[in-house]
Amino acid sequence: MAEKGLPLPKATSTGTTIVGCLFKDGIVLGADTRATEGPIVADKNCEKIHYITESIRCCGAGTAADTEFTTALISSNMELHALSTGRKPRVVTAMTMLKQMLFRYQGHVGAALVLGGVDATGPHLFTIHPHGSTDKLPYVTMGSGSLAAMAVFESGWTANMERDAALNLVKAAISAGIFNDLGSGSNIDACIITASHTEMLRNVEMPNQRVTKERSYGFRRGTTAWKTESVRDLIVSEEMTWVGGDAMDTT
Amino acid sequence: MPATISISQPQQRQFNPYSENGGTILAIAGADFSVIAGDTRQSEGYSIQTRYAPKVFQLTDKAVLAVNGFAADGNMFVKKVRQRLEWYRHAHAKDMPLRAIARLIQTMLYARRFFPFYVYNILGGIEEDGTGAVYSFDPVGSYEREACRAAGAAQSLVQPFLDNQIYFKNQTAAPGTSHPVHLPLSTVLSLVIDSFTSATERHIEVGDGLEMYVVLAKGSTAFQTLGGVRGIQELTATEDGEKVFIIRRELKKD
Repeated sequence: MAEKGLPLPKATSTGTTIVGCLFKDGIVLGADTRATEGPIVADKNCEKIHYITESIRCCGAGTAADTEFTTALISSNMELHALSTGRKPRVVTAMTMLKQMLFRYQGHVGAALVLGGVDATGPHLFTIHPHGSTDKLPYVTMGSGSLAAMAVFESGWTANMERDAALNLVKAAISAGIFNDLGSGSNIDACIITASHTEMLRNVEMPNQRVTKERSYGFRRGTTAWKTESVRDLIVSEEMTWVGGDAMDTT
Repeated sequence: MPATISISQPQQRQFNPYSENGGTILAIAGADFSVIAGDTRQSEGYSIQTRYAPKVFQLTDKAVLAVNGFAADGNMFVKKVRQRLEWYRHAHAKDMPLRAIARLIQTMLYARRFFPFYVYNILGGIEEDGTGAVYSFDPVGSYEREACRAAGAAQSLVQPFLDNQIYFKNQTAAPGTSHPVHLPLSTVLSLVIDSFTSATERHIEVGDGLEMYVVLAKGSTAFQTLGGVRGIQELTATEDGEKVFIIRRELKKD
């Protein structure tokens, strides 16, 4: 269709830096909050860390609608799976469902994901590419800021990190994306998942607050020109009917 | 070994000598002053090449040129314009008038009609009659004198704002009043800063730093307003009477 002169509609893309890293007690996920349409910033504070289950979360890069709907669909199926098995669902289950769906769509569902969580078999961290291939690694990055973020992980990640150290490393990795990749920007979201607890840290860092304007841009009443004026009474006809009865007791 | 006939298909190779380096420039003319501004980010694709690459250049004490588009062409073009202005000084012992620089730029751009300088130029300064002026060009030399112009990556964001705030487009004046033809310097500077902070918010290629050049006519009354401006620096080189200043501001870096 594109050759026939009908280009596909431009989708909102989460230009994006998303990361995940393994630490002593679980997984830390991180994401920036900029969504773009070409060179224009579509959303300055969007959410890229999606809910799968209570102890499994998924960061999404690529086509915004695709990441939103695939994660929502798999989240729904994971809940049904948990209900039918009566067990807490595993991260590999979510990973398999996601990769099988993405492979079926041959890359046309443009979702690049970082899936992380803790289950009965321990903490797990995966990347899932739009065509359905997956990797299982101790620290991962994706999106246009993946190289900037991976540079930070490669120089700073160590096995069995403490919770605070891991969170700081994730913050540094996302910051590298925010400041060095034009597709990423605004704030940092993080999510810490351990066996007992999941902590969603929405806007943990806000290093790009809007500066105040020099002037105020209010407009005088009557600024907008108009050609004709017509005022219509909203009450077309009114009829009063006395119902009667006793007056309300107000004693 | 059977005799093989190799049927070689015609091949085509292409080298694209141009690239696009983002950023935005703008200029506004007042009654007896002119403001020429640009951000300092230079980018290619999703990468920042540098956070400080000037796009606005002082040519003389009455002319400032802003260039936007392909940075390599922009820098080369400014270099060549400056060379022509130096030759003019040697021949005539004075600086070239603004309207003459504008016509020179048109000629220089059209000379490269079939291998153009991939740049949008905005020339600002003071005319010989002492009025503030802005000239804007397309890459092959078409130009006109205007009161304000934005160009570059965020042109589509900034120009409508300027049309509304400078030309008062889509604004009806209060009964019995009329819109001013020229705005005071303090208002113009505020509008320029707000244009760039807003473009930085919504365009990924705009940010890092802002450079605003102010050119004042001989004995301009706008001189007083510049006294209180933070971090202003004078760049006047001659005793002709016109004055040139630069004001720098930080922009967001994400």
